[in-house]
Amino acid sequence: MLQQKTVASTGNSLVAEAMRQCAPDVMAAYPITPQTTIVEEYAKFVADGRVHTEYVTVESEHSAMSACVGASAAGARVMTATCSQGLAFMWEQLYIAAGLRLPIVMANANRALAAPINIHCDHSDVMGCRDSGWLILFAETAQEAYDNTIMATRIAEHPDVLLPVMTCLDGFITTHSIDRAQVMDDETVKGFVGEYRATNMLLDTDNPVSHGNFAGLGGTYFEFKKQHRQAMNGALKVVKEVGAEFAELSGRPFGVIEGWGMEDAETAIVCIGSTAGNARHVARELRAKGEKVGVLKVRCFRPFPAADIAAALKRLKAVAVLDRSESFGEGGPLFLEVRSALYDLETRVPLVNYIYGLGGADVRLELIERVFSDLSDIAAGNAAPGALQYLGTR
Amino acid sequence: MKWDVSRVNEWTADEFPRGAVIPEGGNSHDYVTGGWRSERPVRDDEVCTQCLLCWIFCPDTSVVVRDEKVVGFDLDHCKGCGICANECPTNPKFGRKAIEMVPEGCELPGVK
Ligand code: SF4
Ligand code: SF4
Repeated sequence: MLQQKTVASTGNSLVAEAMRQCAPDVMAAYPITPQTTIVEEYAKFVADGRVHTEYVTVESEHSAMSACVGASAAGARVMTATCSQGLAFMWEQLYIAAGLRLPIVMANANRALAAPINIHCDHSDVMGCRDSGWLILFAETAQEAYDNTIMATRIAEHPDVLLPVMTCLDGFITTHSIDRAQVMDDETVKGFVGEYRATNMLLDTDNPVSHGNFAGLGGTYFEFKKQHRQAMNGALKVVKEVGAEFAELSGRPFGVIEGWGMEDAETAIVCIGSTAGNARHVARELRAKGEKVGVLKVRCFRPFPAADIAAALKRLKAVAVLDRSESFGEGGPLFLEVRSALYDLETRVPLVNYIYGLGGADVRLELIERVFSDLSDIAAGNAAPGALQYLGTR
Repeated sequence: MKWDVSRVNEWTADEFPRGAVIPEGGNSHDYVTGGWRSERPVRDDEVCTQCLLCWIFCPDTSVVVRDEKVVGFDLDHCKGCGICANECPTNPKFGRKAIEMVPEGCELPGVK
């Protein structure tokens, strides 16, 4: 019987709690700000005997993901967490985890990449590995970070997916702020994620297998990439199904995208993560003044829900895509993907891209107000869409 | 049951095992690596004292021993490193080693 209790907690504590409830067999992790409290609190669960997890302390993130790859190939349920430089240091292992089709779940506490060194929130860490073949989910709140961790376990281990999943939460904003959230009882989470039954496990000595093989000559590498692509494309359906099941259980809606006021909006902001809260706050105030504005939050970034986004935006007069990272020389990654998602529509939706909040720069409400005001100018034909703009730089 | 890879060159993406797993143990023997060799070991049975040092030192388990005696080399997997020839002790009676490395010809081992 489901029991939920309301707690005041940080995003990181809730991620650690969700991981404890999903009960991984192995966690291999290296601490890095602002992820640290996730692995610290998890280490306490281990020390207190509250989980059966084998906790592997390693000397780097490269080793952390290597140990996760080995443990997952051995047949274990495996989790870890990192961010920023740590994620960058894991790079080659990320591709190996995905290519070997290992359902590892990793929390990423979004933080800017050096140089110059910075420990605050932006999305440049995760956006750099968007082509690594991992599924990528984003949380707006501590609650979503908790929920996403539980859903990620089910999604990663689904027989049609069997790919690693990264669950992102905004560094400090979501990881360290105390937020109100509902936590489910252990039994319910245990029942929801189920027991992980690995196939092709190295520890099954009766059925020996080898992982990490060479697929070089004769083009077989290409076939494995096609397999990977098919799994990733099929994963969108699984993310939606698991999300619907979780929503039914918890009473908290989950969609790959989440709209506010989108039914009749004329202009809208598309964004990822904690900024969606600021955007909705401003949108609510503008709605009260009679302006038809909306906010579209993207919760699942890989696989990219292009058709859902196109359907949500197709009637709009102007749309701003807010990116908390930049693909230098081109624009924001979210913008590029949203624009591509809209290309096949009959009517062209005027788009504008804003880069904001890099290295934790504040996303003040005036900045969001400015975006909505620019959008109403574009919708009225008084300004041109398209140009890349910076929000909040001097 | 032996993993059937006879049609591997025709397999589509769906037919390959997920994640490039090889669902069978001990099949590295089927992978012929002897084609790398530029020199091959040749053993003179008359000079050989059956000390088995070559068998101990070969890094590719390519010295074939039967009934505790060296009988030859597994040329499908010997990579021609020459370690066996290096370790083979000089037989004082003959003033030379039993193993000599000779340049490999163009007859490469067949791929299975
Ligand atoms: S040449 Fe090297 S690989 Fe070949 S039998 Fe001698 S030691 Fe073994
Ligand atoms: S090392 Fe030389 S002498 Fe000893 S067994 Fe091998 S071939 Fe014979």
